[in-house]
Amino acid sequence: MPITRVDKDLEARTMTVFAEFDAPIARVWALYADPRQLERTWGPPTWPAKVVQHDLRPGGRVTYVMTGPNGEKSAGYWNVLEVEAPRRFVIDDGFADESGQPNTNMPTTRIVFEFAEQSAHRTAMTVISTFASTAAMQQLLEMGMEEGMREAMGQIDGVLADTP
Amino acid sequence: MVIDRKAGTQALDEVFHALADATRRHMLLTLLTQEYSVSALARQYPMSFAAVHKHVSVLERARLVTKKRCGRESIVRGTGAGLRDAQLALDAFEQLWRDRVAQMDQILAEDSPD
Repeated sequence: MPITRVDKDLEARTMTVFAEFDAPIARVWALYADPRQLERTWGPPTWPAKVVQHDLRPGGRVTYVMTGPNGEKSAGYWNVLEVEAPRRFVIDDGFADESGQPNTNMPTTRIVFEFAEQSAHRTAMTVISTFASTAAMQQLLEMGMEEGMREAMGQIDGVLADTP
Repeated sequence: MVIDRKAGTQALDEVFHALADATRRHMLLTLLTQEYSVSALARQYPMSFAAVHKHVSVLERARLVTKKRCGRESIVRGTGAGLRDAQLALDAFEQLWRDRVAQMDQILAEDSPD
């Protein structure tokens, strides 16, 4: 499997995926630069995606619609923040209505894609996703809450383990 | 799956918001070991009944505690459901990315006709 590692940090609200592909860096980049290839990777197997709008440039937007097993639709969009082909791009991924308009009531996820050439035919990819930041969340991080949270979760696990 | 992701992200935000406050963390730990009526719980904290009630509501929204009516009283007890939601949301997100990477690999495999 091309995935080498997945790190999840509940407290920092991040997930980092490490993967390696047997292909040149430009070829891997094309999976995102070409909307027809992107739509084949983006939706889960049971929710195929169709990319509607595709402007992978800083300030650009990508919109997509995924269709579920019962015909239900889930639309989303990217706000493209940074692009340094073929090494890195940064997006905010959010939910949209059926016409592709961002739903600003829903949180967005910041996703940083990084590609590194390991050899002429091998490319490493790192994808760092950070869940939406709420004011409370930011405050929580500033307060150095991580330790309290770890402690609380440890205690909760202990209590749950004792419950018959 | 996609719908779960939407619900999961909201659940995650509510759990973190609930746990961001030291008083609420303390209440949660208390309520995990013993159930209390809201008024009995309020007597344990140097704050108004209304303030305690508000904290309990935040914990309840995050599914960290459950409330049941018992006569005139509301009895509150802790549950791990909210925290499990947060963990499940991350697990669902990991699966989404495992699928994406497998699909990327599949497209790349189609490149080499030889």
